[in-house]
Amino acid sequence: MSAQAEPVLEVRGVTKRFGALVVLRGIDMVLRQGEVLGLVGDNGAGKSTLVKILCGFHQQDEGDVLVGGRKVSFHSVEAARAHGIETVYQDLALIPQLPVFQNLFLGHEVTRLGPLRMLDKRAMRKLARQYLDDIKVRVPSVDAEAEQLSGGQRQAIAVARAVRAEPKILLLDEPLAAMGARESRLIIELVKDLAASGRVSIIVIDHNYAHLFELCDRINVMQGGRITTDQPVHETSLEELTELMVSSYRQQLEDVSSAGA
Amino acid sequence: MQAGAQTPTAAPAAEPPGQRREVASIGRRVLRLFVYQRELTPVLITVGLFAYFTIRAGSTFTDSLSLSSAAGYAGPYGAIAVGEVLLLVLGEIDLSAGQVFLFGAWVEYWLHNAGTPIGISIVIALAVCAGVGAVNGLITVWLNVPSFVTTLATNFILFGFVLIYSNDAQGTPIPLSAGTGFSSKLMGTWQWSEILWVLVITILGALLLTRTRFGTRVIASGGNLVGAAEAGVPVRRVKVWAFVLCSFLAGLVGIVDAVKYGTLDPGNFGVDYILYAIGACVIGGTALTGGRGTVIGAFIGAILIGILEDGLTLVGVSTNDFYVWVGVVIIVAMALNAQFDRIIARSRGT
Repeated sequence: MSAQAEPVLEVRGVTKRFGALVVLRGIDMVLRQGEVLGLVGDNGAGKSTLVKILCGFHQQDEGDVLVGGRKVSFHSVEAARAHGIETVYQDLALIPQLPVFQNLFLGHEVTRLGPLRMLDKRAMRKLARQYLDDIKVRVPSVDAEAEQLSGGQRQAIAVARAVRAEPKILLLDEPLAAMGARESRLIIELVKDLAASGRVSIIVIDHNYAHLFELCDRINVMQGGRITTDQPVHETSLEELTELMVSSYRQQLEDVSSAGA
Repeated sequence: MQAGAQTPTAAPAAEPPGQRREVASIGRRVLRLFVYQRELTPVLITVGLFAYFTIRAGSTFTDSLSLSSAAGYAGPYGAIAVGEVLLLVLGEIDLSAGQVFLFGAWVEYWLHNAGTPIGISIVIALAVCAGVGAVNGLITVWLNVPSFVTTLATNFILFGFVLIYSNDAQGTPIPLSAGTGFSSKLMGTWQWSEILWVLVITILGALLLTRTRFGTRVIASGGNLVGAAEAGVPVRRVKVWAFVLCSFLAGLVGIVDAVKYGTLDPGNFGVDYILYAIGACVIGGTALTGGRGTVIGAFIGAILIGILEDGLTLVGVSTNDFYVWVGVVIIVAMALNAQFDRIIARSRGT
């Protein structure tokens, strides 16, 4: 079904260098409406860099990014947000010393008294409680500092913050890293609920094939700054998928060794 | 008894008798109060010191001359500490604010000597102070120089400027010091005006840090710099504004201080002030690790130092004792802060 849906995000020939280090070597990628796209690859394959370009944190050296068929250039995180792209980073970007409700509203504070920008903490608390209830995320209290939450709770708050902005595109950079089975389940259900709503298209980076198999409609494998495999998940099994990925790695290794010989 | 049962924290497996459990829960609550209300500890110490000096020195300590001299010590430290707290929460530091405190009054004095009306020279002097803060901030943020180094350098540069352009002369009184009108009193000649300025600045500063979007951005940038940037907080702009604010406030109260005493001494070194101001921040409950801090605590810390300085002088011990006591209080305060932070970190996941 998703194969026929319109693309919401297209990446064409994107490259990125950090000094002499070439991290992305011409990325082509499509994300379709309502789709969950998985992105796997070794450490250093360029997954996080790609995500950071899509969310406006880095800028590509070459190539184009298209949102809804229109070419865009993000000079900042705000610019990407204005196009409906929200991101949950690997480091979560939560502020340990701020309470849950302020973390939820960081960058989108509810303020009053115009230019004084006084925080409307009461409104933010109320909205935060209501909102966390809606998406079934449980925390001890919206006044608890992020530092006091468990890893899963923090991850849930980070996802909740991104979703609260009602993005068209949600980028999740290793949302399940360093998380126990129960906590992973919480986040997986959260993402599945979001995907089922059909309003948001999602890119997930993860290392766990089983998780990706459960979450994703399609999986892209990244290696050495390129996308080497683009595989729909439906009509395939986890075993087939895993085999495909592993053989793709093997191919890459052989290419490297034969090129070296 | 009912309240004890309602608390969600699980009781230990071997249940102590009800009474002891209640005592333990009260103990926990008291500890919690001190951990989350960092100002409480310095307030208690200040009240204790006040009581001690009142008993030792009686009315010589509590009369208005003595108290205004305590306020006179506390004022400059407090004024500098308010801006400094914002920077410490950001994970930065401003070592030049003490020199700016002195420098603003010099700029105002030079401008006025050159024929500029008093009001305009004050406004320009304040703008210059804010400009020093902007330079501190921009060098720190754009050239990636640690603020400790940037502001150490600015401190020397400003001190040098004052020495060069004052021709080593004692400054003559600022006209406002001689006046008896409302503006003179407001700007410092009334004995309580300086500390009132500092009190107002403290209240505004506390509101800024805890109740505004800017304050949230300061805490966010200091608590998780990369995270804050990723969440869309303009961390560099926030830092530069904090430096501007710190210098501006130091300059403002510096001018009030100059009007109060009526003379300027080019040999006065700003580091003397900044060290007390940072001491006041630490005593008040601000760690130097970023992300946490209290403006009101810093004010209380300044008052504590002021009372200590005034009280020890009155009690008749040598002023040298004062330095030892300030040192002891700073260490104790910092150790407490560190322990409180550990308690917060350990309460994770409950």
